[in-house]
Amino acid sequence: MSAVTLLVNGTEHTVDVDPSTRLLYVLRNDLGLRGPRFGCGLGQCGACTVIIDGVATRSCVTRMDRVSGEITTLEGLAKDGTLDPVQQAWIDEQVPQCGFCQNGQIMTAKALLDENPNPTDAEIREGMSRALCRCMTYYRVQLAIKRVAAGSQGRGMDGVGAG
Amino acid sequence: MTAFTKVPKAIEDILENETSRRGFLKTSGALVVSFGTASFAGTDALSAAEVGSAAARLQEAGPYPDPDFRQLDSWVAIHADNTATFFVGKTDCGQGTGTAFRQMMCDELDIAYESTSLVMGSTDVTPDQGGSGGSDGIQRDGWPMRRVAAEARRVLLEMASEQFGVPVDRLVVSNAVIALRSDPSTTATYAQLIGDRRFNVPLTGRDINAISGVADVKAVQDLRIVGQSPQRYDIPPKVDGSLIWAVDVTLPGMVHARNIRPPVVGATLRGFDESSVRDVPGVIRVVSEGNYLAVICEREEHAIAAARQLDVDWEEPASAPFPTSDELYAYMRSATPTSSADPRVVGNTEAALAGAAQVIEAEYDFPFQGHTAFGPAHALADPSDGQMTIYSNDMKSYGMRNGVAEFLGMPRDQVRVVWMEGPQAYGRTAADDAGFEAAYLAKAIGRPVRVQWMRDEETAWDTKGPAFTFRLRGGLDARGQLVAFEYDAQSADYNHVGYNEVETVLISQLIGTRLPRPNSGRGATPSELYAIPNRRETTQVVGLPRVWETPLRTGNLRDPGGPQVTFASESFIDELAAAAGADPVEFRLSLLNGATDDDSGFKRARSIATIRAAADAYGWDTRPSPKTRGAETILTGRGMAYSFRSETVVAEIAEVEVNRETGHVWVKRLVCAHDCGLVINPEGLRRTIEGGMMHSLSRALHEEVQFDTERVTSVDWVSYPSLRHEDTPERVDVVMVNGDPNPDRPDLPHYGAGEAVCKPLVAAVANAIYDATGVRLRRAPFRDERVLAALEAAGL
Repeated sequence: MSAVTLLVNGTEHTVDVDPSTRLLYVLRNDLGLRGPRFGCGLGQCGACTVIIDGVATRSCVTRMDRVSGEITTLEGLAKDGTLDPVQQAWIDEQVPQCGFCQNGQIMTAKALLDENPNPTDAEIREGMSRALCRCMTYYRVQLAIKRVAAGSQGRGMDGVGAG
Repeated sequence: MTAFTKVPKAIEDILENETSRRGFLKTSGALVVSFGTASFAGTDALSAAEVGSAAARLQEAGPYPDPDFRQLDSWVAIHADNTATFFVGKTDCGQGTGTAFRQMMCDELDIAYESTSLVMGSTDVTPDQGGSGGSDGIQRDGWPMRRVAAEARRVLLEMASEQFGVPVDRLVVSNAVIALRSDPSTTATYAQLIGDRRFNVPLTGRDINAISGVADVKAVQDLRIVGQSPQRYDIPPKVDGSLIWAVDVTLPGMVHARNIRPPVVGATLRGFDESSVRDVPGVIRVVSEGNYLAVICEREEHAIAAARQLDVDWEEPASAPFPTSDELYAYMRSATPTSSADPRVVGNTEAALAGAAQVIEAEYDFPFQGHTAFGPAHALADPSDGQMTIYSNDMKSYGMRNGVAEFLGMPRDQVRVVWMEGPQAYGRTAADDAGFEAAYLAKAIGRPVRVQWMRDEETAWDTKGPAFTFRLRGGLDARGQLVAFEYDAQSADYNHVGYNEVETVLISQLIGTRLPRPNSGRGATPSELYAIPNRRETTQVVGLPRVWETPLRTGNLRDPGGPQVTFASESFIDELAAAAGADPVEFRLSLLNGATDDDSGFKRARSIATIRAAADAYGWDTRPSPKTRGAETILTGRGMAYSFRSETVVAEIAEVEVNRETGHVWVKRLVCAHDCGLVINPEGLRRTIEGGMMHSLSRALHEEVQFDTERVTSVDWVSYPSLRHEDTPERVDVVMVNGDPNPDRPDLPHYGAGEAVCKPLVAAVANAIYDATGVRLRRAPFRDERVLAALEAAGL
């Protein structure tokens, strides 16, 4: 066991854990965060995604002694009580079915859009490829991402989220 | 309320409201509302039993008797702030049914949607409507919800009538405020009439589905909230991270457990060496009984490590539990059925086939597919005070409550299940393994135990949708009319898992509990209304060598049997259309236009309307399949399929691109025409339809459980691939058809939605691939290598 300090959603936390512990368990069980969830423990599905220094990261396969940088979880996206445009688009588009995977969808999309505010359809498919959803809400996820992109480009929503 | 800390806000609020409501009753029973009208004679005061029961329920630690579904108060509560809470015995598997239930009840109660909340599926606070299953929540359970809300409105009107001294017909009601028709400034709010007090109104009905008060539900034309699309109330907390899911619940003193499964199916547990995990911190206990084995630790990551590290002595079984997945279909075709054939016969198929101008014959195969929940099975069980509370995402929470009580030998009213949100169920939690395991382990150690399965465990050991094999024959006459249809299906559905019965969950089987004989399982026949003069349809169930403790145990997977059967039957109809040189849509319409004596004229007319609507929305070009193709690498085509589930009719069209060099199939566009009668929430329905179609698209393109003769080898998202973002169609069109001949009729029913759309999709894709390539795929899924092999075999 050793003391590790994490910067999560703007707040520092010190926890005493084995350095090989995966970040996911510390976020959930020690810090009480609920956005990142266990889906596979293998880095395959994206349920556990957090953003570390701008990079969408699978916390279920990230050892505590490899973590450096500021961690943002789903709970940390909203600023001053206002949802991030990505979260708002998810509500406007009514994306989730069960919603269990949507942490992975939202956090992956957030990192994608921060890097590339106006992705093409192909870039969305490629960038989101590793974020799985078993309710298969991919179509709505992609529409929501286009919504955010259209908003950031000052475009209207015409043709986005049809239906 | 410490027992309820960290449960979802909605549940916690309600539990507190419940408590205050009951607390009020307990201290001031005299304030119970009295009507003094003949229809309520004898019910104007709480009975001693009811007072006792209400008071008992105030005790935090239980017991937890069933809410009385024959009391209006079990369904509707009006609060002092003129809001209402509805209590329903359903669960929402992610299709927004909770929002739809609220809409239906708001309309009947005459209260704004925003002024209400809804509690679902917790066994001690919501009446038992069975939880979820069968896509019948709106179709069946929506009716009692409407009727009880209508009854609450009626009672409130009577109360206002008494207060104002005028007949009910001189009152108007809007948004939970009742006013004099003659003087709209004279009002009484629902809260003023009954806020925080009991209705104390009995309901009648032989069972919960038939429950009713005196009031009629509103005519369809008077519904205002039904038919609109309020946003789902559960989505914002799912998007901002504030929702507490079943997977998130923590309790003081809670510990973590992980299971250890037999490495070879059917292995016997000989023993384990507890010293092998001595170096893992916080090991509390290794628990075993029969072949069930689990390790419990203070911290979650240590439970995972200990479960992997524990040295266990397993004895391999004497015989193989099943054939390999490659040998499965040959095995099924040669196996002795466990059921009798009992064919459904119309006319004389043998004679008609003998006299047919053309006989077409084909065999189809469909694999075992997993529920493969995105989040593995999980539950937290709290054994405090000699009771058992299970925090669970079980879609059939009531069944689990009964099953766990029996499993642990506890009285039913000492067990409750608090339903919370979880990963999509689609039938998986009809056998809620983790809930039973958590309760068993919690009882064993006397502390709250949280169980969560690992990914390999969930993918390998969850319940499966059964594999099917099919043999079909069809006869066309000289004019290309279908005169005979013969259908033979075999389903590997022996010992089907049901409704959280004790013997069906894995821990129980591993411990050694056995039903006297396995559940029989079922095959299925096509759901269409084609007028075919001679038909013979046979379904049989076959078993695999190992019946118990097997990872190939079958359960209800999102329309049990439907995607399998419809893949075969609607692909074969397409084969017959092609043989007849007919357009696939026209061929189906001609079969629906014929007259038969089994007339289901209403549904037949709706089937025709739905198929036409799909074809119109797609812009269907009438011609036979396959399409004339050139030398291009990417071949395109379109295919359609139709089916129904219960009363809901669905027609789907898929447009595909097939890469002849790689075998890769991309479904570029999907169209669904959908008739489920009265639509409650169009935008919610649209997304449910999209999700259901895409789920079946995943089953069409990717999903196949693989196994050798010792174990399931599909253990993660690489060995059990699922649909991904890059598979997404670029366009999905949903057309909501109301095929009722008189859509203005006042009692237009609401049918179900969800599973119906899962049925035709696999066939629509196969038919589109045939249209593009001229190659018929008769085994799902259509993975690249399988498609490429079929194209190569056909010389493409």
